[in-house]
Amino acid sequence: MITDKKILELEKKANDIRKSIIEMLVEAGSGHTAGPLGMADVFTLFYFHILKHDAKNPSWEDRDRFVLSNGHICPVLYATMAHAGYFPVEELKTLRKFGTRLQGHPHREYLPYVETSSGPLGLGLSQAVGMALADRMDKKDGERFIYCFTSDGEHDEGNTWEAIMLAGKNKLRNLIAVVDRNNIQIDGFTENIMPLEPLPEKYRAFNWHVIEVSGHDFRALDEAFVEAQSIYEKPTIIISHNIPGKGVKEFERDYKWHGKVPNKEEGKMALAELEKNSFRN
Amino acid sequence: MLNPKLKLNPKIFNADVEQMSIRKGFGQGLLLAGEIDKNVVALCADLVESTQMNIFTEKFPERFVEVGVAEQNLVTIASGMAAMGKVPFCSSYAMFSPGRNWEQIRTTIAYNDRPVKIIGSHTGISVGPDGGTHQALEDLALMRVMPNMEVFSPCDAIEAKKITLAIAKSGKPAYLRLAREKTPVITTEETPFEIGKAEIYWMPDIGMAQVGIIVTGDLMHRVLMIAKELETENIKIKVLNLATIKPIDVKIITELAKETKAIVTVEEHQVMGGMGSAVAEVLAQNFPVPVEFIGIQDKFGQSGTPEELVEHYGMGKNAIKEAVKKVLKRR
Repeated sequence: MITDKKILELEKKANDIRKSIIEMLVEAGSGHTAGPLGMADVFTLFYFHILKHDAKNPSWEDRDRFVLSNGHICPVLYATMAHAGYFPVEELKTLRKFGTRLQGHPHREYLPYVETSSGPLGLGLSQAVGMALADRMDKKDGERFIYCFTSDGEHDEGNTWEAIMLAGKNKLRNLIAVVDRNNIQIDGFTENIMPLEPLPEKYRAFNWHVIEVSGHDFRALDEAFVEAQSIYEKPTIIISHNIPGKGVKEFERDYKWHGKVPNKEEGKMALAELEKNSFRN
Repeated sequence: MLNPKLKLNPKIFNADVEQMSIRKGFGQGLLLAGEIDKNVVALCADLVESTQMNIFTEKFPERFVEVGVAEQNLVTIASGMAAMGKVPFCSSYAMFSPGRNWEQIRTTIAYNDRPVKIIGSHTGISVGPDGGTHQALEDLALMRVMPNMEVFSPCDAIEAKKITLAIAKSGKPAYLRLAREKTPVITTEETPFEIGKAEIYWMPDIGMAQVGIIVTGDLMHRVLMIAKELETENIKIKVLNLATIKPIDVKIITELAKETKAIVTVEEHQVMGGMGSAVAEVLAQNFPVPVEFIGIQDKFGQSGTPEELVEHYGMGKNAIKEAVKKVLKRR
C-alpha cells in the first residue's frame, strides 16, 4: 500500500515535472503540451514507485522494460527521467535543438536510456509484445514486467490491434499496457474523429484484463498497477482516464493544445499557476 | 571461362544441372543458424512452408512465433525480441514485407539499429502465375534507401544458405531477397561468400574483357550461358555476381569499369532504384562509363510462366545480348 506521505511526495514531484514540461516547451518553441501535462501524474508514480530501474545503471539487465509508444509526449518522459536522475534537469532546455540528446521524438541512438525510438504511432505495443515473448522464451517472464504506454489516438492504427490480438492469443502475463485515455487527438475529440468506445469491452474481447482508473489519483493508480502485476493468465490494459493539459486550467480538455506549445506569456501564466499548486502542497 | 578460383558448379552448362529454389537455401541456412546460435528465432505471417521456414520450425518449435496475416506486427514484434537479445528472422512474401510494412521496418528496426532479418520471398517477375500483385519488383529499392540496412540478393540456393548464416551473426538489420522457382545451382559449398564482397564468376580465357555484366539474383545462370555464347562471337565478357547490394563493393565495380569501359546490369527488379541504379551511383562517382540496364522498365507484371514473363519484360537472352552489343558501340 502506498502511504499518504508518499502520495504527497509524488504530488509535489509531479508538479515539478509539469513545471519542467512548460519550461522546456516554451524554450523549444514547438512540440506537444496537452498529452505530457495529462500524463505527468502517471509518469511520476510509474518512475518513482512502480518501475524497476536504476538511473545510475540504466543498462541493468534485470530492469523492467518500458516502451513509450506515443513518442510525441516525450517532454513528460524526458522531464521525469531528468528528475529521476538520468541526466541533469538543465539539459531539458536542449529539447528539439541541434545536437541534443532530447530529440523531438525519442531516439535511442541519441538517448540510449530509452528502450526504443518512437514517434510514428501504433508501433510501441507490438515491440513490447516482442519483448514479452522473448522473456517468455527465456523463462524470464516471472522476473520482470514489460510496460508500454500508448495513446488513445493511436488505437486508430491497425498495427495496435494486431499487437493486442497477438498478446491475447499468447496470454502474455508479463505485459502491462497503459492507454492515455484523454479523449483528444490532433483534429479533435477521439469519439468524433474515430470512436474507440466501448474500449474496455474491445480489450476484453481480445482476452485482456482491463482496469479503468483516474490518471490523477495516485492511490487508485498504484492499486491498478499492483492489480495488473497480480494477473496471471492475461496481459493487462490500464485505461487511465486523463485530463489533457492537467494542471493548467487554460490548457485543460482543449484539443487545440494537443500539438502546440505555450508562447512566453502563456508559459509565464502556466508556471505561475503551477507555482501556486506547489505552495498548496 | 568460369572463374577457377571460385569452385563454381562444374555442371553449370549441362542440361542436367541440379535445380533448387533460392528460398529452400534460406530454409536450410536458417536451420543451421539456429543450431549455431540459440538466440536465433523465427517469425512468420502465415506463410511458413511457402517461405521454407518450416525446416527451422519443425526442429525449434519453441523458438517460432506465428503472427498470422499481419506483416506490420511481424516486424515490430521482431524488433522487440531483438531488443531482448534475440536474432529474429521474419519471413513473408516481399510484396507484403517489406512492401506493406516499410515504415515499421524503418522506425523500429533500421532507426533502432536492431539486428532483425527481413526475408522477402517470391520476388521478381518469375513469381509467375500469381500475377502482378504478388511479383515484388521494387523491394531492393525500398530497402537499399534505408540507413543501417544491409541488402542481399543471392544467385542460387547455396549462396542463399551462406548469406543466411552470415547475416545471423552480422549484428545488423538485413534484407534477404528470395525467389520462388527452382533454378540452377551455380555455386558450391566451397565458393566463397563474404558480406560486401562481389565476385567475378566468368572471365575471358586470355586478355581483357570488353564488357562487364553485373548480375544479381537467379538471372545469373542465363547470363553465364550468354557469356559462353558470346565467347564464340569473340566478345569477351566478365560477369560479376553482386549478391550484396548494400554495402556495395565499390572496388570491384570500379575495377571492372576501368577494364571494360562498358557495363550491363541485369536484375529481376525495376530498373529505377534497383541494383543497376546502385551500380550507376558507384560508377558516376568513381569511373563513369556507358551502362545499359536490363530489368523491369517502369511496369507492373502479369500472369504467365516465368520464362514467358522474363522474355516479355525484356530480360530474355536476346535482350541481354542486344544490350551487350549496344553498350559495346557506346564505349
